[in-house]
Amino acid sequence: MTETVHLTINRLTVETTRGATVLDAAGAIGIDIPTLCYDPRCAPNGLCRMCVVEATGARLLQAACVTRAVEGMTITTESPRITRARRTVLEMLAASTDLSETPDALAQIAETGADIARFAGGRERRPPVVADNPMFVRDYAKCILCWRCVQVCAEDAQYAFAINFDGRGFDTQIATFFGKPLPETTCVFCGQCVGVCPSGALKPLRAWELEHPDGPAA
Amino acid sequence: MVTPDRITTTTCPFCGVGCKLQLHIKDDAIYQVTSPSDAVVNHGNLCVKGRFGTDFIHHRKRVTTPLIRRQPQTPGGRTQAFDRAAWREATWDEALELVTDRLTGIYAKHGPDGLAAFSCAKATNEDNYLLQKLFRALFRTNNIDHCTRLCHAGSVVALMDALGSAAMSNTAAEVALSDVFIVTGSNTAETHPIIALQMKAAVRKRGAKLIVIDPRRIEMVDYAALWLPLRPGTDVPVFSAIAHVIARDGLANNGFIQARTEGYAEFLASLGPFTPEYAESVSGVDRRLIVEAARMYAGAANASIYWALGIPEHTHGTDNAASLIHLALMTGQIGRPGTGLNPLRGQNNVQGASDCGAMPWHYPGYQSVTDEAVAQMFDRAWNVEPGGLNRARGLSTTEIVGAIGATVRGLYVMGENPMMSEPNLNHARHQFEQLEFLVAQDLFMNETAAFADVFLPAASFAEKVGTFTNTDRRVQRVRRAIPLRGNARADWTIVCDLALRIEARLGRPTAGWAYAHPAEVMAEIAQVLPDYAGIHYERLEGEGLQTPVDDTSHPGTPFLFADAFPRGRGLFRPLEYIPAVEPTDETYPLILTTGRVLEHWHGGSITRNSRLDELFPEALMELNPVDAATTGVADGQPVRVSSRRGTITLRAKVTDKTIAGVVFIPFHFVEAAANLLTLDDVDPRAKIPEYKACAVRVEPLQEAARPSKRGRR
Repeated sequence: MTETVHLTINRLTVETTRGATVLDAAGAIGIDIPTLCYDPRCAPNGLCRMCVVEATGARLLQAACVTRAVEGMTITTESPRITRARRTVLEMLAASTDLSETPDALAQIAETGADIARFAGGRERRPPVVADNPMFVRDYAKCILCWRCVQVCAEDAQYAFAINFDGRGFDTQIATFFGKPLPETTCVFCGQCVGVCPSGALKPLRAWELEHPDGPAA
Repeated sequence: MVTPDRITTTTCPFCGVGCKLQLHIKDDAIYQVTSPSDAVVNHGNLCVKGRFGTDFIHHRKRVTTPLIRRQPQTPGGRTQAFDRAAWREATWDEALELVTDRLTGIYAKHGPDGLAAFSCAKATNEDNYLLQKLFRALFRTNNIDHCTRLCHAGSVVALMDALGSAAMSNTAAEVALSDVFIVTGSNTAETHPIIALQMKAAVRKRGAKLIVIDPRRIEMVDYAALWLPLRPGTDVPVFSAIAHVIARDGLANNGFIQARTEGYAEFLASLGPFTPEYAESVSGVDRRLIVEAARMYAGAANASIYWALGIPEHTHGTDNAASLIHLALMTGQIGRPGTGLNPLRGQNNVQGASDCGAMPWHYPGYQSVTDEAVAQMFDRAWNVEPGGLNRARGLSTTEIVGAIGATVRGLYVMGENPMMSEPNLNHARHQFEQLEFLVAQDLFMNETAAFADVFLPAASFAEKVGTFTNTDRRVQRVRRAIPLRGNARADWTIVCDLALRIEARLGRPTAGWAYAHPAEVMAEIAQVLPDYAGIHYERLEGEGLQTPVDDTSHPGTPFLFADAFPRGRGLFRPLEYIPAVEPTDETYPLILTTGRVLEHWHGGSITRNSRLDELFPEALMELNPVDAATTGVADGQPVRVSSRRGTITLRAKVTDKTIAGVVFIPFHFVEAAANLLTLDDVDPRAKIPEYKACAVRVEPLQEAARPSKRGRR
């Protein structure tokens, strides 16, 4: 049985079904909350913090993609505090990661006026390109750690469980278990990961070769 | 970052799931394949073949100009020529004139029985319709068949007998609505990967219970509540024992049996001997598992059965399929969402090629060639004089190969590779050598084409327009993404061009070949194939339509048999256990079963000319650790495998994936062609060979004995 709940988003009253997220409820009335890691095909995780909103009664900003709508909730999706948070997320990401093929991030940098030089000179994440199989190339210098690839490899699609987070903190990266080459893992090369990658970190080998006509991937 | 010149939406050319592909094109080449998340069949998911395996289109070995053999070939002296130096390039005009000369010459001398054609489950509905029309309307022969004979023929015959319709009764994705489902004779995770994802989700996310009944410990067993590891060929006793328990324990749906079926009393009487104890004694399956499976299936609110070629590819394949049908009929697990009988079709368009009449006993729409009223209708549809079409059944694929030299002199092969896919290949080779004339229409110089006199280069799926019908009866569009390569032509245009020449040569009134576009061919199909009556291209733009589509306003049919079966009542048929033809003995102590792997496709024409071959480069034989110990074979060691018909050499993989006493070899690898070993004994009714069980011997070899990866050329 579906039950409806009522909440207020940017002073508009919204009716939605129990279990829906704030992101769903806002989207239903045309309020656009920016996202980076979110993909409707995957279970949301609130990793990138771009979709943060203010919720009454909550001390911290809440990630709209994982916050369930509850009766009587009041949500604000735009405020100086929210903008500052989103800008900082983008500035730190731009300082550490190659965003050249993440159009969503580039658009949001332009929109929020994020200063991508703010953390210039800090550490950059530049792991070597991994080309360990005939199907696709992994260039984690471009990875924004959205986790979609891990999810579609697991219960969101393939149930192969070949990859996961490796390392901690700044050194977190997507990797196979024990760093094994993909052909030695449970990977079945379905490429669901390539299909959901938003940042050009995962590419078919053929696409990589077109971009790098002088030689094969490292 | 590469930006595409264009993105073309089309349908995957590999398996019967029928995933939606978006081909990203740069400089007329595919560099990336994606799928939209709202695709109704696959929800944006793909497997390795669809996502990364379309590079065969651009392979350097692809033949893109018509070829004629330099050395004239004679019956008895025909040879294979893989080397291009043995061929000379020709114009289409010269090549088609030569084909016309030779086929009409054989027809003049030997009549309709002198010719035969292999149509193609990878080609479009339109291609298949036109090739069968050519051979039927012009050469007056029903000797046209395709690889459905080698895959689901037993299922088709059993389903036609029992229900009057041979397709999957339900939409594959309806597994999400099943509480219990049986997977048998199907390595779903490798052969229908996207349907397997839906099955896994049904188990893990919705709590459905899966029963796997298979001699191999396939990946789906990881998701199963029960696994019944049966010896190959013991399907009838196992499924009949499940029926026995259902009846014995009062789990049958008597209301359904009374209202919707016939023959139950006789069937019930025949179940007496099929006790779980008896089934255990012949199949090796623990009797308690049989009882549990029966209770689980019959006790479910909605239960469905999915099967693939492990069921029909036996000399008793029709009986195997019947034993599954009985379960659905006696429990009423059919005719509702999430229930039903679902033969998973292998090729992208095996359903469509069958629907469109590429079969020796049926016109389009499974209308019998021996039915006078039907034949008269097709006489009129194809502008043939009354009584002109052949009223006798034609030969099936394996029968065609067997009849070469006796009756069949000339053979036309469109897109198939019988020299890899027929059983007992040494015999098939001998037969092909006896041909007077052979035409191959293909993308590659495969093992069959290399025997030909004329090679006609066909367009790939990405270069042509048409429709494929997937395993759950969904007719979907195939769209042109890149121009024709070289001088290649779309199959339908080759067939029409040839038909016009043959028609003129034979002096026949035209059967109608002046189609400007495949949409016009579909319009003709809709007139003669009742299930496609409401299909035309404009209606297929989005997600396609599921047949039957009775008229132009009919929305299509997600599941069948809600109210009745096409034959009226579902029919029970008492069965007997007929063991596999070739029992094991001291000389040949192991059972060989054959099949596919995830990375490859059938005879290998496509996937071995793709980067997929780098991913899985070498044939491997799966061997249980128990048998490895007995035969003295280590993991990874080369072995010689022999049957009464042939010998191959390949590497062994010691694994629990196959049960003790059974070895598994995929049939994609010419350098270790599994079909050199298999039996060409066929099911008496369906004519399907026994690919899934023959007796073999395994002997360890030294490393040096392993064949080179490319044994062929």
